[in-house]
Amino acid sequence: MAALGSPLRTWRGLLRELRYLNAATGRPYRDTAAYRYLVKAFRAHRVTSEKLCRAQHELHFQAATYLCLLRSIREHVALHQEFHGKGERSVEESAGLVGLQLPQQPGGKGWEP
Amino acid sequence: MWKSCLRLRDGGRRLLNRPRSGLTASEGLGPKPPIPIRAYVPPAGGFEISLDHRKLRTPQGKLFTVPSEALAIAVATEWDSQQDTIKMYTMHLTTLCNTSLDNPTQREKDQLIRAAVKFLDTDTVCYRVEEPETLVELQRNEWDPVISWAERRYGVEIGSSTSITGPSIPAQTREVLVSHLASYNMWALQGIEFVVTQLKSLVLTLGLMDLHLTVEQAVLLSRLEEEYQIQKWGNIEWAHDYELQELRARTAAGTLFVHLCSESTAIKHKLLQG
Repeated sequence: MAALGSPLRTWRGLLRELRYLNAATGRPYRDTAAYRYLVKAFRAHRVTSEKLCRAQHELHFQAATYLCLLRSIREHVALHQEFHGKGERSVEESAGLVGLQLPQQPGGKGWEP
Repeated sequence: MWKSCLRLRDGGRRLLNRPRSGLTASEGLGPKPPIPIRAYVPPAGGFEISLDHRKLRTPQGKLFTVPSEALAIAVATEWDSQQDTIKMYTMHLTTLCNTSLDNPTQREKDQLIRAAVKFLDTDTVCYRVEEPETLVELQRNEWDPVISWAERRYGVEIGSSTSITGPSIPAQTREVLVSHLASYNMWALQGIEFVVTQLKSLVLTLGLMDLHLTVEQAVLLSRLEEEYQIQKWGNIEWAHDYELQELRARTAAGTLFVHLCSESTAIKHKLLQG
């Protein structure tokens, strides 16, 4: 029942996620250890004489799981930033919600030092 | 400060080809360097992670050692993806490794197994509703195949029930599953228990471990009623999608952790004749 799809799709998705991860840090993604390991693993399991290779299926499953992990972490962080990352409003913003403005007091408020 | 780091990194691409000692060219930039360099060293006992030439440690101070290379690379990638702030809630694999190394609740192997099998009494896929009719049918269509697969695979009996006390699991089922879970090592069991707690179902976890379900499928089956309600009443992005992505991330991390901790790879090269 494990509908994994084609390995090529998983591979391209993994490359995409690695690109996103390394775009922010500025490093080329081909230098990362993760990229090198994935290339080695995918190449090593490509050629096999068996028709139904369990190790190939296992590797593909692990790759798809890792892809799901990277993708869902990225989307989770993006959702968090968009909806839950704003923090509290400042006093000026809260006053502006109801159309009020904090008064300008160039001499400072009386009770402040 | 950022620009000087980038210049060193780009111009010094040859530094990455030199042995590890060559990376000490970057000087320490205070307690929290902005773009740290990660590397991993393969020693005999296991794989370690170094952040900026200092070895990573667990919260209790032990040296962070993992048995598998792929797991070490994944943890290093997690640390690499942190930018201005370290967001521990995105580093699920690191958290799982820390839990396995430290064992803060100090549980033994059979305690973990018992906790996981105990979930079978309140397993999500065994709990059915009686109405509305479409939901009953949806549960039957989606959950029954998984249960029958598990019953066939392990030769056990797991029914489904609509009563509030849940399904009655015969003792033989429990024994078979306990002995099956006992074949995993301690690290893998931590991962299994983590996934069971996330998905609220032991059957779905077994499906993931046996490569029968993908992570997306397992999460969908676990959240079946929620998806049904979403289809009926609409999706709220900042709540439903948020929880969905978090659940997917945690489940994927747990599954990957278990697979990487309980595998061993050996490559046999065949000789080409002729």
